[in-house]
Amino acid sequence: MDRNHPHRQLALMRQSFFDQGYLDEQFIQLEELQDDANPNFVEEVVTSYYRDSARLILNIEQALEKKPLDFNKLDGYMHQFKGSSSSIGAEKVKAECTQFREYCRAGNGEGCIRTFQQLKKEYTTLKKKLEAYFQLARQAGPSETACRPK
Amino acid sequence: MDKKISTALVVDDNTVNQRIHRKLLDNLGIQSETVANGKEAVDVHISGKNFDLILMDLEMPIMNGIEATRKLREMGIRSMIAGVSTRSLEEEKQEFMKAGLDDFQEKPLTVAKLVSILHKLNRK
Repeated sequence: MDRNHPHRQLALMRQSFFDQGYLDEQFIQLEELQDDANPNFVEEVVTSYYRDSARLILNIEQALEKKPLDFNKLDGYMHQFKGSSSSIGAEKVKAECTQFREYCRAGNGEGCIRTFQQLKKEYTTLKKKLEAYFQLARQAGPSETACRPK
Repeated sequence: MDKKISTALVVDDNTVNQRIHRKLLDNLGIQSETVANGKEAVDVHISGKNFDLILMDLEMPIMNGIEATRKLREMGIRSMIAGVSTRSLEEEKQEFMKAGLDDFQEKPLTVAKLVSILHKLNRK
């Protein structure tokens, strides 16, 4: 297959997400759920994730501005965020969520703030990558079903 | 599978998880409904509905999974209730099981985990 063929580009892009640790096995689970009845299932779930988590990010930002910090509240928000991130296979985002929760349990506000900045970076990076991926997928048209990363 | 499992209730406050769980069930030919917390799960049963399987999240607003499971069992609901939650403290999991769960699976839920739940339902 020509290396510039859209499906080839798509496959390489997808592989890079796993190689670079942005996505894990759970993303493949989502791909395997996709079928003719729901041909855009993965994109729809990811879109839903970004819509819901935008609200959570705002809640966390507001909570981080209040003094003293309510670590229970922050941990509660991050539990939600981690759950969603885990469900779409967002590995790096999930790792930052875990770190944030550890800082919450330790009552470490500085750690929470620092980790949250890193979390937002990973979140935004993944969002851009997935947007580009789904755009290319739409241009490429239907292809073979999900396959495990090499 | 011997027993025909045709209906399920997804109890989860997270819309991403609701969507994924419904698709997992749909792909196995199981019709499902969703509610967003334990109270809604109880209310839907009070309204007269019944399900072969209930997938119950743990942490939810208004009424959590432990309380909802306990309440449903007190009401005499004999559906299979599988707790589905992110990794939690062992004591919390034990409390969840004691409330009346038939099974517990860690999130994220996968096809393999759901099939495992359904096999257990068949043996019930």
